[in-house]
Amino acid sequence: MLHNLSFRYKVPIRSSILILVTALLVTVSLMYRAYDDMRRDLLFNAEGMSRVLVRTLVPAILHDDVWQAYEVIHSAYPMAGNAASVQSELILVLDNAGNTYIANQPTRFPMLSDPAVGGAEFALLKRAALQHQEEIPAVVDLDLAEYLYLVMPIISDRVRLGSLVLGFPRSMFLPRFLTIAKRAAWMTLLSLAVLLPITWYWAGRMARPMVQLANCMERLGETAPEHMQCDLYESQDEIGRLGLSFRRMLGELQEKQGLERQIVVADRLGAIGRLTSSIAHEINNPLGGMLNAIDTFKRHGNCDNQRTHRTMSLLERGLLQIRDTVAALLVEAKAGSHTLTPVDIEDIHTLVAPEAGKKSARIEWHNELEQPIDLPATPVRQTLINLLLNAVHAVEEGGLVRCLVWADNYRLHLQVANDGRHIPADKLEHLFEPFSPVSESGHGLGLWVCYQIAQQLGGDIHVHSEPDYTVFTVALPYGERA
Amino acid sequence: MVELRRGNDSAAGVTKSAHNGVGPFFAWQYAYPLAKFGKVRMIRMVCLVLLLVGAPLWARDEVPLRIGLTPVFLDHQTSFLEEWRAYLEGKLHRPVVFAQRSSYRGVVELMLQGELDFAWLCGYPYVRNRNDMTLLAAPVYQGESLYRSYLIVPATDITTRSLVDLRGRIFAYSDPDSNSGYLVTQHRLLESQAGTQGFFRRTFFTWSHRKVVEAVAANVADGGAVDGYVWDTLAQLHPELTARTRVVERSASFGFPPMVARQSVSTADMAAMREVLLEMNGDEQGRALLARLNLEGFQTVEPELYRGIETMMARVLDGRRAAQP
Repeated sequence: MLHNLSFRYKVPIRSSILILVTALLVTVSLMYRAYDDMRRDLLFNAEGMSRVLVRTLVPAILHDDVWQAYEVIHSAYPMAGNAASVQSELILVLDNAGNTYIANQPTRFPMLSDPAVGGAEFALLKRAALQHQEEIPAVVDLDLAEYLYLVMPIISDRVRLGSLVLGFPRSMFLPRFLTIAKRAAWMTLLSLAVLLPITWYWAGRMARPMVQLANCMERLGETAPEHMQCDLYESQDEIGRLGLSFRRMLGELQEKQGLERQIVVADRLGAIGRLTSSIAHEINNPLGGMLNAIDTFKRHGNCDNQRTHRTMSLLERGLLQIRDTVAALLVEAKAGSHTLTPVDIEDIHTLVAPEAGKKSARIEWHNELEQPIDLPATPVRQTLINLLLNAVHAVEEGGLVRCLVWADNYRLHLQVANDGRHIPADKLEHLFEPFSPVSESGHGLGLWVCYQIAQQLGGDIHVHSEPDYTVFTVALPYGERA
Repeated sequence: MVELRRGNDSAAGVTKSAHNGVGPFFAWQYAYPLAKFGKVRMIRMVCLVLLLVGAPLWARDEVPLRIGLTPVFLDHQTSFLEEWRAYLEGKLHRPVVFAQRSSYRGVVELMLQGELDFAWLCGYPYVRNRNDMTLLAAPVYQGESLYRSYLIVPATDITTRSLVDLRGRIFAYSDPDSNSGYLVTQHRLLESQAGTQGFFRRTFFTWSHRKVVEAVAANVADGGAVDGYVWDTLAQLHPELTARTRVVERSASFGFPPMVARQSVSTADMAAMREVLLEMNGDEQGRALLARLNLEGFQTVEPELYRGIETMMARVLDGRRAAQP
């Protein structure tokens, strides 16, 4: 039950229990102390009382004036022996035989009766009283007895006349105990009233970061790490460190998932690439034969028949289209080409400018190349053209396209950004596949070609898209790195 | 003489000096005008002065009348005694001194020694010492100078029907010289053939009727013999005490404890005293005092009134002699 409670409640409950236990222990020790004190005070007073009583009783007993003896002991505790006060001080005067000479509770201890009739403890008491010889009071503390006793012999001129017994009911201690207990209960309530709100607040403060962390970790299974918004407590204490570690773990998890996705994408694109190139080769062989046959037929066959001629032309156009498409699929980046020069990049600006002009799109051009780069010019140019044309298509009327080309550390960077429609996250995964569904116009091979080129040149291509900002970055190693 | 209009409260202060037999008469005269200013204190001071200066004066002038009191009535009433003493002084025009002793015997002895002029005694000691005493008057209680002895047991005892049922029990007498608190019970035991010796397991004396009631009420004794007049009066004043006792037997009537005079007291003094007593119910103050005693007055009685006690005494003495070998 308590086991499953939130720390929010566990801490105040535990501290309340702690307060109660402390109060209980303090009360018990106070009670013990009070009992000790009371017993000591009582015995101290009782000793004086018994000395006075013994001295006063001597003449009465010598004259066998039992009524005077009764008046003496009755005056010691006038309320004792009343029917109303059941538990009151007992005074017994025993004769030398141990029988009751007089008692202040005559109903219970009638004159001349054996006190042992009153109960087992009185038999023990009687023996103790008779055995006690010294002329000083002695305490008789019997286990489980009703009374705490003080006995003293009554001696006159070295002749023993009898014994005096003072009995104090143990229940007399009870009211004092109750007072202490009541006071302790009030103090406990008071301290609870003061401490409970404090512990409640304090527990709340202590538990909040833990609760936050726990809630956050719970959500981890259901929500992807990159979408988690965790409001964590920042501190150098254990919980703060725990939160820090969790956040780090979350970051690593995010990174790992990103990498995994990239690998999946790359694997898929690689498989597609291998498939398309093998299909392209398989197509190209018969295609070349068929085109040759058509060519031969056109050149040497009888082509008088108009219909045959048209049919041949139709076949030839269709086959040529197939060849173009297959050629487009078969990207050959390393085919012989001249080295890339800054001018090649500037040419592209010139080429793309009319297309941008149609949409009144602005092109920001930053070409930082100053010297030739050891990369084949054609595929690089094709990549840049594809990216730029895509960007120009994506922007709205009067939109902005920015092109950055720079080289550092043996890497050539091409970056094309636009402020057009952004690409939804779910489509980003399939962006570089051939016949991409993202492409609204064209056959959707542009980015596929870019990807293939980047791959073949040992570089990579990245896309980042958010509303009003989409950027493609291609990095290609050259020189020693390539 | 002094008009007494004091409350009971101031009386305690003068009681002590009164017993010394000197001074209090003057004390009243001087103290009275100062009543409003620390009365008790003033009285004490004046008493002290008179004790030193005025004592020889008294001794030469007027000898006080000395009256012995026994617990035949309710003692413990110091304020009452003080008022009664002042009343008697006023009537007798003489200082009056009360002497109280713890037992009847003490008072009788003082009387026989000539230390007392008058005494309020039980009928039994009077009968025993009738040759040395003169019967002055007896109180009137319920229209007669008669009273009874009660046998009482604790209220918790619901089985005892008569004295015989108390065999082997503990019994409280008031005084060995008391008629109602001793002699009647002794006589009753002889009459019932129970024998006085060894009938009770233990007996003791409380030296006062009231304390017999207390002893029985507190269960110290299983039974007690008490003056019926005292028990009845206690039943009016302290019903909570008498309620804890139960009257089992009421004896025949006997002469009420009389006021007696020492044989040698002058006839004039005797007559004066008798007159004052007989006329006590004649004035308001006297009636008030009598009312506090639960009595109606005093009347002259003949010695024959105590014949019953005398007979019992003779019977008990015979019985004792017979019991002894």
